[in-house]
Amino acid sequence: MDILYLLIPLSLVFVALIALVFLWAVKSGQFEDMEGPAHRILMDDDLPESHGAKPDNDAH
Amino acid sequence: MSEDAQTNACFHCGEPVPTGSSYVIRYQNVHKPACCLGCQAVAQTIIDSGNADYYRLRTDLPPTPEAALEELKNLKLYDIPEVQSSFVSSSADDTNVREANLILEGIVCAACVWLNERHLHQLPGVLGADINFSTRRARVRWDNSKIQLSEILKSIQEIGYLAYPFDTNRQEELFRKERNAAIRRLAIAGLGMMQVMMYAVPVYMAEAGTMTSDIEALMRFASLLLTTPVVFYSAWPFFQGAWRDLKLLRAGMDVPVALGIGAAYAASIYGTFTGSEDVYFDSVVMFVFFLLTGRFLEMNARKKSAEAAESLIKLIPAAAVRLPGFPAARAEEMVAAVKLMPGDHVLVGPGESFPADGRVAEGVSNVDESLLTGESHPVAKQADSHIIGGTINLASPLVVRVEKVGADTVLSGIVRLLDRALAEKPHLALLADRVSAWFVLALLVIAAGVAAAWYVTDPARAFWITVSVLVVSCPCALGLATPAALTAALGRLTRLGLLSTRGHALETLARATDFVFDKTGTLTSGEFTLREVHVLRGDREQALTLAHALEQGATHPVAAALRIAASPGELTAEDLRYYAGKGVHGRIDGCAYRLGTPEFLGLAAPALHAPGLTVVGLADEAGALAWFTLGDALRPQARQLIQELKQLGVRLHLYSGDRGENVRALAAELGIDDARGDMLPEDKLEAVRALQQTGAIVAMTGDGVNDAPVLAQAQVSVAIDQGAEAAQAAADMVLLSSEIGRLADGVRLARKTQRVIRQNLFWAALYNALAIPAAALGHVTPWMAGIGMSLSSLLVVLNAMRLSRIAAHAGEGAANDKVF
Repeated sequence: MDILYLLIPLSLVFVALIALVFLWAVKSGQFEDMEGPAHRILMDDDLPESHGAKPDNDAH
Repeated sequence: MSEDAQTNACFHCGEPVPTGSSYVIRYQNVHKPACCLGCQAVAQTIIDSGNADYYRLRTDLPPTPEAALEELKNLKLYDIPEVQSSFVSSSADDTNVREANLILEGIVCAACVWLNERHLHQLPGVLGADINFSTRRARVRWDNSKIQLSEILKSIQEIGYLAYPFDTNRQEELFRKERNAAIRRLAIAGLGMMQVMMYAVPVYMAEAGTMTSDIEALMRFASLLLTTPVVFYSAWPFFQGAWRDLKLLRAGMDVPVALGIGAAYAASIYGTFTGSEDVYFDSVVMFVFFLLTGRFLEMNARKKSAEAAESLIKLIPAAAVRLPGFPAARAEEMVAAVKLMPGDHVLVGPGESFPADGRVAEGVSNVDESLLTGESHPVAKQADSHIIGGTINLASPLVVRVEKVGADTVLSGIVRLLDRALAEKPHLALLADRVSAWFVLALLVIAAGVAAAWYVTDPARAFWITVSVLVVSCPCALGLATPAALTAALGRLTRLGLLSTRGHALETLARATDFVFDKTGTLTSGEFTLREVHVLRGDREQALTLAHALEQGATHPVAAALRIAASPGELTAEDLRYYAGKGVHGRIDGCAYRLGTPEFLGLAAPALHAPGLTVVGLADEAGALAWFTLGDALRPQARQLIQELKQLGVRLHLYSGDRGENVRALAAELGIDDARGDMLPEDKLEAVRALQQTGAIVAMTGDGVNDAPVLAQAQVSVAIDQGAEAAQAAADMVLLSSEIGRLADGVRLARKTQRVIRQNLFWAALYNALAIPAAALGHVTPWMAGIGMSLSSLLVVLNAMRLSRIAAHAGEGAANDKVF
């Protein structure tokens, strides 16, 4: 059972990491369109060669 | 529609191809039919740019692009820096890199998004394009040194969609922030809940003695660490709400929630440090998570019902041509419409919309005010005529002196009207609010009583039983039952094209026993269609071709009706001169022709003059060639609407100011028993009052200024198809869709809403009646209380969300009518 002394604090670290990833995902706008990506994955070919990066989602 | 629509449907938009049409689309080496030049051009652009897969991927048919091509003539306006300032943001490092938000019209399925994104990415100079399928909005970034915004907009137009920039107004931005904050709170609560459960379950499951006390303490401290952000970040809105309520000496729903969370959290901390048995961090996080889920779902439903009002705002153009030196000088300058001041003079060309309210300073023209006033005939404007911002100039350029701008304009007034409806709480919701306030008060008293009673009998258990009572009771289910159902239903209705402008509309529509209809513009389209052609010389085809050529550029409804009836010929007319309200004069192949009223032609009106019909004649120098009769046609879905309303068991009445014989003929055709004609507005008012005295709940459907008093008299009123402005002000609902059949969908949805509200209230009452006594008697632990309460409010919200799905079938059915 001694391993729990390591595992429990470790689980806290993981939760914190996951929370950070989640907050980043919210900030980068991944939750703004909840319908589109589900359809988009069915369109089997990729976008034609883009002339640049995607728009910056933070810019407002 | 009929079968031939399927066999001979336009490849692009699915509309039937008119006979004799020669437009074709090359698709995979096969020639497919097209219904019009617009479809042909759009389809060819899509295919030639290598995006032919669109036709394989799409699941819905796009609108016919014709209408889209008419709009946005002055795309160049959007390139002016002044105009762009309101909706374009440029990158800090490079002012050439710009970004704008666009509203996309015509997006019907995911393939449209795919097509638009691909198409935009193919444009040189476009740095990025992101289309949001849920909101139908696009964010485009481009290099201004390589491509102009107008070219981007134009290329979207070329594939049959309509894009225009919009100003992400503050409200929009606010909602986005609010929603993101809600997601963050939900995420923190969810993660916290999962992990705290992980620590809690072993403690519950472990047999006595198998878990050492220091491991248990470690788990409790870990739970405390995770619960703290959930309480102070995720649950913060509940504390804020409770504090607001307390300051106002109100008992809101947040008060028992905040008390429960706060007390359970504080007591669990105490338990953690003293090592007592009673630690309920798991209950706290779970409670917060489920509550936030319910609120999040409700927030989204509310947002959806608000979107329709926003679409009206786009009527005002972004830019205007100002004449600063008018009348002395005629130098033109481009300005953003928002910068216009009263007293400015603006030049508005044909096909453009007016940027503000004002008066004509120079010029003579016709103006289409149908969108705002419901007047389907163009209105003649001359010097000093009043102009409404957002209406469209049809014939020739006008110089307008601006009188009212921004919030003072008529259009802004209408938008405010819609906002009011969203802010106004319906009767039932008000009642539910009052009931839940009393409920909360009673609950606090009960909790205090329970605490006192247990303190006397068993002080050790008193605290946790009181917390359980606070948590298990569900004022949320009670308080959410009505608003959740109403917002879901209103959102669905708005998407069906039926907009509620008053809070009570839905409720009353569900209870309506009598539907009263106006005739012209309500059951009939109010638009002219060609009824008959009486040929005196030559043949019918030739007469129509000549008429088509003569009316080529005219915008009068008669002209439109003739153009629709005739297939375009090879003929072109020259020297066209239009006489407003009278007719047109022109030359075809060297012969002079006139087309217009009998008076205009100088001929006696023919004997075929039928009641209620308009007669125009076509004449050459030798005299009349043909007479056309035009009349008002039944709306496509009128028959179906009447059928469906009958099945719903309501009584139908037709009250019209039109001639009695016309009204009775129409009523007989539709199967309406009570039909009265020759009615003045006062007569209609009297008739509706008489109905109401017999106990009927009257739903009045009409348009036009004449109907305004009777619309106000009826318990619930529906203004049809962008009805007159006054009618909209008096009407409780506005049918924005041109499909009148949606009204029956609306009634069905309203009734379902009432059912769902009753189910929800019943459930909330039952749940509370069982759970509170059980908790008070000490049979419910805090974690059970948390689950019970959260599931109860989730159930209520999910039951309400069902409304937005049920009605979807009715809506889709109506939409499919168009295609098949």
